[in-house]
Amino acid sequence: MIDRRRFLGHAGLAGAALLTPGLALAAASGERRFVLIILRGAMDGLSTVMPVGDPAYAALRRGFGPPAMAGAPITLDGTFALHPSLAETGKLFAKGEAAFIHAVASPYRERSHFDAQNVLETGGNAAYALKDGWLNRLLPMLPAAREPAIAISTTLPMALRGVAPATSFAPSKLPEADADLMSRAGALYESDPQLHTLWTQAMEARSLAGDKAEGRGNPTALGALAATFLAQPQGARIAVIEMTGWDTHANQPGRLAGLLRQLDGLINSLRTGLGPAWAQTAVVAATEFGRTAAPNGTGGTDHGTGSAAILAGGAIKGGRVISDWPGLAPAQLHEGRDLRATADLRALFAGLAAEHFGLDPAQVVRAGFAGAAIKPMTGLVRGQS
Amino acid sequence: MRDQHAAIAWNRFGLGARPGDTPPADPQRWLLDQLANYKPRPSTIASAPGSSEMAARARDYLQRIRALMGGGAGRRGPMANETSKLGDDASKRDEQQAIRKAIRQQYRDGYGQQVRARVSQALSTETPFAERLVHFWANHFAISVDKAQTIGLAGPLEFEAVRPHITGRFVDMLQAVERHPGMLMYLDQAQSIGPNSRLATAARRRQTRRQPGLNENLAREILELHTLGVGGGYAQPDVLELARALSGWSVGGFVRRPLGVEAPDGSFVFQPAWHEPGTRTLLGTRYGQEGEAQAHAMLQDLAAHPATARHLATKLARHFVADMPPPALVERLASAYHTSGGDLMAMYRVLISSPESWVSTNPKFKTPWDWTISALRATGTRQSPDLRIVAALNELGQPVWRPGSPAGWEDVAESWAAPDALLRRVEIAGRIAAIVGDRIDARSLAPRILPGVLSPATSSAIARADRPEQGLALLLASPEFLRR
Repeated sequence: MIDRRRFLGHAGLAGAALLTPGLALAAASGERRFVLIILRGAMDGLSTVMPVGDPAYAALRRGFGPPAMAGAPITLDGTFALHPSLAETGKLFAKGEAAFIHAVASPYRERSHFDAQNVLETGGNAAYALKDGWLNRLLPMLPAAREPAIAISTTLPMALRGVAPATSFAPSKLPEADADLMSRAGALYESDPQLHTLWTQAMEARSLAGDKAEGRGNPTALGALAATFLAQPQGARIAVIEMTGWDTHANQPGRLAGLLRQLDGLINSLRTGLGPAWAQTAVVAATEFGRTAAPNGTGGTDHGTGSAAILAGGAIKGGRVISDWPGLAPAQLHEGRDLRATADLRALFAGLAAEHFGLDPAQVVRAGFAGAAIKPMTGLVRGQS
Repeated sequence: MRDQHAAIAWNRFGLGARPGDTPPADPQRWLLDQLANYKPRPSTIASAPGSSEMAARARDYLQRIRALMGGGAGRRGPMANETSKLGDDASKRDEQQAIRKAIRQQYRDGYGQQVRARVSQALSTETPFAERLVHFWANHFAISVDKAQTIGLAGPLEFEAVRPHITGRFVDMLQAVERHPGMLMYLDQAQSIGPNSRLATAARRRQTRRQPGLNENLAREILELHTLGVGGGYAQPDVLELARALSGWSVGGFVRRPLGVEAPDGSFVFQPAWHEPGTRTLLGTRYGQEGEAQAHAMLQDLAAHPATARHLATKLARHFVADMPPPALVERLASAYHTSGGDLMAMYRVLISSPESWVSTNPKFKTPWDWTISALRATGTRQSPDLRIVAALNELGQPVWRPGSPAGWEDVAESWAAPDALLRRVEIAGRIAAIVGDRIDARSLAPRILPGVLSPATSSAIARADRPEQGLALLLASPEFLRR
């Protein structure tokens, strides 16, 4: 176990050396915030960012659109419309603070949630090829923050697991134990390396959360809680938030409308909670794979391939749907059933991290994504070509 | 050494010692005897509502909704959203909402009773190793109560399909689980219709709005999670072939579709008119059976597959011995399974007699469930007092039967040893101690429940506590109590 203080000092030096020279951004990159939202269960990208301009879409999805009570789809451009439950995100898009990546997937091409989430979070080429998370491996390259990266959950998601310090925190409904018991437990853990590290991080997170520690566990509250950590002048700069329930094998239209409304609330509570720091923020929401192009026999969709990813934040060069659209005609589908992926989530993550923090993209690919043969996306962040 | 082995038998294989327990003289014998004395259906479990009762409640709900709407809600599942059919009649909508609220409450009550039964059984059992095996296999065949239809069915799945088979052959448990209404509802199998079945053919002829079709969810998870495991040598065509063979496997009372045969509420039913006709090929073997027998034969072969033996051996060793299980032990367990024709007792005997199982370090970080149950047992609690236990497990990140996915709870330390999770264990240790701590002297309890394991640091922290409750809280939160 690495001593935290020594590690941060070390990481600060390494981080400085890795900054691309000459970028005006470099000096300010310590103010940059990055939020990864993991949508577990496979979000149906075709219902989220709907390719209404593709004639094959109407044929595939007739009678399977958003429920009427959710409102009318929001037109994004000549091809795509946004699910009406993402109303606030739609407003951000109109202001140029949100963008969508479509027909995107990780390199994984099978259909197991668990393997796919492992690939999504480890940044490896195959499931279980790497033992830690891509975001954790990028942490030493980032400007030193006083507080470690934080997951808004009781335990650490794979994306943040690894040797670099990361902590977790979630709203609790428990009354706090008395301070004396806390300090005695802390003392008892001092000679146990694993427990001592966990305890130290827990104490720091709790003191930073303040009154938000009592919040309830809905996504909007989680967004507000994450914003509390990220907004502090010396606080965390990296946060991971998880949302589950996207595995809509049955009765999809109604369930998805509710899930997207929650996601919309999460993004909006990040924006309001971050205040002026929103201008320095990049949020990316991604899922492990997409769902079948055609509905199944039970009013839902089965495991597929390409999906959509959402970018939001004042730092994002938004107002665009970024897609090399592969089409939904039968011959254009992957294995005759799924939206084909024409973009790689690793290229999105690597490009976004590099531009947002002023890092060398090749370094990001080496550290975060096993040196894979991917071309990091460019032009995702304002002020970047 | 003997003390240590007693502590390992209690903690690594059992659910933790109770205050009056005597250390077993022969720990291996003690574990084996439990399997002989294990009771699949003790009174605590038998008194909780089962799947037929939960189904009857759902049926009652359906009838009330139908009566309210003049018989219009025929073809939908009990928990489907009926608002669209009710039009804009406000009073009917209010009444319908009241009925829905009532049934949800009934479901939650049923779930609460089932959780209490599970907790009471874990606290009072004389065969804690067997109960650990029940929890292990229920997690292997996990369903999650965050789906409305399954709130009341996860307990019954464990009680009716897992408990009777933990000391028998794996294939019997597999067949029982895949036919259980909880699994058929959770993985959307109950409404899966073969595209060339009589029902689908009729629907095409009539050009109905929603054409019925296959759902491959259960088929995929049988291959990936229940039998062969990831990398077990199957591909997408195998998933589809198993899904086709499974079409028609459904649940009486829950699913109403045309051409269905009547069946008692909540019991397995095979619907011939929904089944995809024809010969199927799974993993290169052809299955020419008609109807229900086809998927049944596939499950028999999947259970006997070497990949299944390796998958189960790895999980069992990971659960009891180490996050990264010793390969030699996994090999011996897999071979015991294979040569015995899938006899689980043969695997348990290897597990118990292997030296790898008795290493003196505590290699496993307890799950929230294991930790909570062992803490309650250590304090002499024998009955689950109320639903506070459910709330505590929610806060610790492991609500009973709600892993959120069919993969079940993860079984490695990284999933549970996290900053916030540790803080909550200390908080809950404080709360448990506040309830019972004034009656218990942790200074004498600690060496009795952790013989040969208790560290001098924990002993002295307990001794220096400023009051009895605090000493007990420190024992429950101590490193050696957090691990097994």
